[in-house]
Amino acid sequence: MSTTTGENSESTETTWQTLRRGLALSPELRTGLAGTLALALVYMVGRVAVPVAVQRGIDHGIVGGLDLNVISLTVAITAGVLVVTTACGYLMMRRLFTVSETALAGVRTRAFRHVHDLSMLHQQSERRGSLVSRVTSDVDQITQFLQWGGVILIVNLGQLLVTTAVMLAYSWQLTLVVLVAFAPAVLVIRRLQRRLAGAYGLVRQRTGTLLGAIGESVVGAPVIRAYGIAGRTARRLDTAIDGQRVAQQRAIRISIMGSSVGELAAGLALAGVVVVGVSLGAGGTLSIGQLTAFLFLVTLFIQPVQIATEVLNEAQNAIAGWRRVLDVLDVSPDVADPGEQGRELPPGPLDARFAGVTFAYPGGPPVLHDVTLDIPAKSRVAVVGETGSGKTTFAKLLTRLMDPTEGQVLLSGVDLRQVRFDSLRSRVVMVPQDGFLFDATVGENVRFARPDLTDERLTAAFAELGLSDWLDGLPSGLDTPVGERGEALSVGERQLVALARAYVADPDLLVLDEATSAVDPATEVRLQRTLDAVTRGRTTLAIAHRLSTAQAADEVIVVDRGRIVQRGPHEELVRDTDSVYALLYASWLEQTR
Amino acid sequence: MRLTAGESVASGTSRDVLGRGLRVLGQAIREQPRIFAVAVSGSVLFGLLVIASAYVVGAVVGDVVVPAVERGEAARGALALAAAALFGISVLRVVGIFGRRLGAGYMQYRLQAAYRRRVTRRYLELPLAWHHRNSTGTLLSNANSDVEAAWYPIAPLPFAVGTLVMLVGAVASLFFTDWALALVGLAVFPALFALNVVYSRRMAPRQARAQRLRAEVSGIAHESFDGALVVKTMGREAQETARFASRAGELRDALISVGRLRGVFDPMLETLPSLGTLAVLVVGAIRFRQGAISVTELVSVAFLFTVLAFPVRAIGWVLAELPRSVAGWDRVRRVLDATGEMPYGTTTLDPATREPATLAFDDVHFAYEPAEAHLPGAKVLGEVTFTVPAGKTVALVGPTGAGKSTIASLAVRLVDPGAGRVTLDGVDVRELTAASLAGNVALVAQVPFVFDDTVRANIALDRAGIGDDEVWAALRLAEADGFVAALPDGLDTMVGERGTSLSGGQRQRLTLARALAGRPRLLVLDDATSAVDPRVEAAILAGLRAPADGGAPASILVVAYRRATIALADEVIYVEQGRVVARGTHTELLATVPGYADLVTAYEQAEQEREQNRTYDEVTPLPSGLEIEVDR
Ligand SMILES: Nc1ncnc2c1ncn2[C@@H]1O[C@H](COP(=O)(O)OP(=O)(O)O)[C@@H](O)[C@H]1O
Ligand SMILES: Nc1ncnc2c1ncn2[C@@H]1O[C@H](COP(=O)(O)OP(=O)(O)O)[C@@H](O)[C@H]1O
Ligand SMILES: [Mg+2]
Ligand SMILES: [Mg+2]
Repeated sequence: MSTTTGENSESTETTWQTLRRGLALSPELRTGLAGTLALALVYMVGRVAVPVAVQRGIDHGIVGGLDLNVISLTVAITAGVLVVTTACGYLMMRRLFTVSETALAGVRTRAFRHVHDLSMLHQQSERRGSLVSRVTSDVDQITQFLQWGGVILIVNLGQLLVTTAVMLAYSWQLTLVVLVAFAPAVLVIRRLQRRLAGAYGLVRQRTGTLLGAIGESVVGAPVIRAYGIAGRTARRLDTAIDGQRVAQQRAIRISIMGSSVGELAAGLALAGVVVVGVSLGAGGTLSIGQLTAFLFLVTLFIQPVQIATEVLNEAQNAIAGWRRVLDVLDVSPDVADPGEQGRELPPGPLDARFAGVTFAYPGGPPVLHDVTLDIPAKSRVAVVGETGSGKTTFAKLLTRLMDPTEGQVLLSGVDLRQVRFDSLRSRVVMVPQDGFLFDATVGENVRFARPDLTDERLTAAFAELGLSDWLDGLPSGLDTPVGERGEALSVGERQLVALARAYVADPDLLVLDEATSAVDPATEVRLQRTLDAVTRGRTTLAIAHRLSTAQAADEVIVVDRGRIVQRGPHEELVRDTDSVYALLYASWLEQTR
Repeated sequence: MRLTAGESVASGTSRDVLGRGLRVLGQAIREQPRIFAVAVSGSVLFGLLVIASAYVVGAVVGDVVVPAVERGEAARGALALAAAALFGISVLRVVGIFGRRLGAGYMQYRLQAAYRRRVTRRYLELPLAWHHRNSTGTLLSNANSDVEAAWYPIAPLPFAVGTLVMLVGAVASLFFTDWALALVGLAVFPALFALNVVYSRRMAPRQARAQRLRAEVSGIAHESFDGALVVKTMGREAQETARFASRAGELRDALISVGRLRGVFDPMLETLPSLGTLAVLVVGAIRFRQGAISVTELVSVAFLFTVLAFPVRAIGWVLAELPRSVAGWDRVRRVLDATGEMPYGTTTLDPATREPATLAFDDVHFAYEPAEAHLPGAKVLGEVTFTVPAGKTVALVGPTGAGKSTIASLAVRLVDPGAGRVTLDGVDVRELTAASLAGNVALVAQVPFVFDDTVRANIALDRAGIGDDEVWAALRLAEADGFVAALPDGLDTMVGERGTSLSGGQRQRLTLARALAGRPRLLVLDDATSAVDPRVEAAILAGLRAPADGGAPASILVVAYRRATIALADEVIYVEQGRVVARGTHTELLATVPGYADLVTAYEQAEQEREQNRTYDEVTPLPSGLEIEVDR
């Protein structure tokens, strides 16, 4: 599916643009940045202090007549400076880590929230593993980089600046030589950076794919085993694993080219400084100590450049990760909460109205065609139809998991698009087709929407639904763990918990999408009765898996290939013996007796 | 939330983390010796050249600069030579860098790939019971970030090894130059090393904690996105975010504490060589006065300390990453060393027979392992004995949670019984090879699972002998041909992760077609036809029992609630709470087993009651506005 969350890993966005975007989204990263940078500069003075000490030692303590006092003094002062700069180094890192980790935890959390705010369709357009990687390993790349390479980069940037300044103080001519020697390298490295950015984007993307493949092999373990397709699965995993490795190797090759260019420039600079420096020295412009110090300084200038080229691939990896996080944050949710400007649903029972609703999944044909329909308040409506006819789609539009392509859905006269989510979600609840449970206890799952409910209330709720016996039969009652996705319960039991969860949420409009399809008939019939009793006075819409639900409903809506072809009470609909419903009913009778 | 795996094995504060870390690195070297050799050679070359460059610079100062400044004129030849030497060294260093970084990178990525492969292989081998005990999030992070963590120190490793060589070379060259200066080196370098060791020891527990929290954060994200629909429909986004944020906050704190430690040690490690250079200046001056060394040598040694300062940090990087590496390694080993494998046997059923198979359960007991040790294990089945004779259809009926799905899993050996035997044609299923088992039996699970792939791939699953014709035939049988034909790309349509672009019933039919395509000799249907029209279901079952194309029939074990389906069965087995309560034909059980009768006639009874109420309502209309509780 083509969507906005898509992978623009090979995007043309430059590193700086990503950084700017990242900083705009996490302004906290800037807090105290000036102070941190100032500390980094002081810290760097420590590195430059040594060559300066060497220069002074040679010029004033050795060459111009040996003077141990001068040397001791120089060394003592420099040692003092080093103690101070080391302390500054500590403070700098402490600030940097605190600020950056705090900011990134914020980014992580915001991205997480944002994924939940995206519409269902957006979420599905990307593999879950890949979505997860955006709030986990992508962010990890950034923090990992900051803890290692980031400091090195900052420190070396400082070193570059301080060294250049000191070099200028010694000799502008030699400084020029150094800069000229590095100029071509800088140009080449810039070009390489762009390729490197693309290469690391690909790495991040392949990592997402790999996570998706691993996730599938873990979740699909029963099918893999039952069909003996471990070999096939292994081959696909290998493809994903190797795809990631190949991308990584390509990235590192590009990065090494950068380092090599830097190294050659360094050799050129050193040779140039010797040639020009010696001429200057011969001309009397430079002392021996100064020239020596300069040679030291050149290495101090070269080092950061070399290190930077090594660290930059980590940086590109981190930037690629950051870009993926930012990309997800940049997708504006298409099914958005109107928020403060939104309206509340009017109090009391809700009625629903579909006005000329057409819906098509992205890139597909319409699955609902111009549906117009009224569901009166307090009525109990059943929706029936062949599989694939559009019933679930209908329910998703009614609960605003998606917005119609054309037309409007209104609840008690308010267009759903104008209803605030907190109002909508507390008044309208759907039990989806597959009753997903969280890896917690039965009680915690039922309490999901209402954490304030006591155990007594939950037990009472199960009793109201006629499920006390089932609850008592569990090994630890409400405290029984349900396992991941609820897999430690039988499929039918999962549906019971999901139903109880919706029931205690106490909605005014309850939408059940084949919510009891895996429950045995006796339990289902019992549940239906109790549900009828306890939801009296609310509006319920049940997508019926078995027609017994339809028979008990006030009204039946028959969907066929995306259109509503019949509606009315069961008795009326069966009278028209050629109708879709009559045929469905005939087949139902045939299977139940 | 369950505890994430690896908690217990996390390396904690153990003092031997360094030794264990080095052993992990040793493992890496043993696995990739050649590429490691290349990387180290490059690194050593680089290191030696660094030393050489120090001496060249010294020589340049002593032999070119000093005379030039003193004489006021430069010696052209010497100057050209010096420049050529410095540039030449750079060119050679490029070679070193290439070898080292390419080697290190390839080694790291290959190791990662190799271990990801091993870990995921293990996932495929380990039994479902093991999978039940480990969350998807944990397994994802084992294969991803834990493997990455384990091999993280590989990147700087060759550099560090080269640096060690360089240090030895440097100290040796110092001894050549002057013993007093060499002593300075001997004091500084071991001190650096010791500092690094203390550093990594302190780091170990913090890194282990961070790694564990990473896995937990990932677990929450995975689960929460998995259940996104529930989160959405109940409007719990804020609470889910809070749950995630609190764990992300813990991770943040752990990482800050890692960073603080770094902040303490990194600058110290940085400053130590600088102090060494200063010491060289003092000692060198004294030695110069004694006439033991020249300016050239003094400069060379001072330069050496300056250029060594950075590479020495590479050792620090390796040591600092070791604790995290050990933590990751432990978590990876937990998967690789996990026992409780479910090995397949060596027996094959005669591949030529296409006769239907006989399935027998013989006094089978089964209990699920408890999720947490202190909880009671769920004893689910006891004394289950029954047979699906060759070519017969047996219906498995029972209330929700009775153990039907468990029986279905045992029949195709997704799990093994705690006691008793499951046999296929008289052979214990534990003795069959994987291929023989998969070739003879097929399960359509209660919850359909489809892969993120095309329709064709989902049905054929790359099994031999299943071409497009077979795929279409199976789709027709499952009554899925209509909707598949209508899909934009037909068989080549991608169905999305877990089949999100299909309706629930469509997914079910795909999995049904998948099972039918393999022409199994025993088909186990776990409530897998609920979304299929009963007429179609009857046709499917009839087609399996007596294929129209004259192919081989199949034996069928079907979990069902529909009377129509049950009526087709030759025998019905009624289970309640994990026990076989009754067996016989549908009519027999209907007459003799009240629980069974209640279950299968529930809808009829409900309808009758409704009829009665309706007549009652019609006869005595209620006064309007008065609600009475109808006693049902
Ligand atoms: N996420 C999706 N993307 C594309 N097509 C979809 C998606 N979900 C459902 N469909 C298609 O829309 C049609 C209606 O599906 P659905 O509403 O789920 O049917 P049902 O009536 O069985 O609940 C089906 O043909 C299905 O393939
Ligand atoms: N993975 C599991 N771990 C623990 N208990 C389980 C697991 N799967 C199922 N159970 C329990 O085993 C019992 C039987 O489940 P199952 O065989 O799925 O029943 P059904 O008859 O509904 O198919 C249920 O009580 C369920 O709670
Ligand atoms: Mg549906
Ligand atoms: Mg079941």
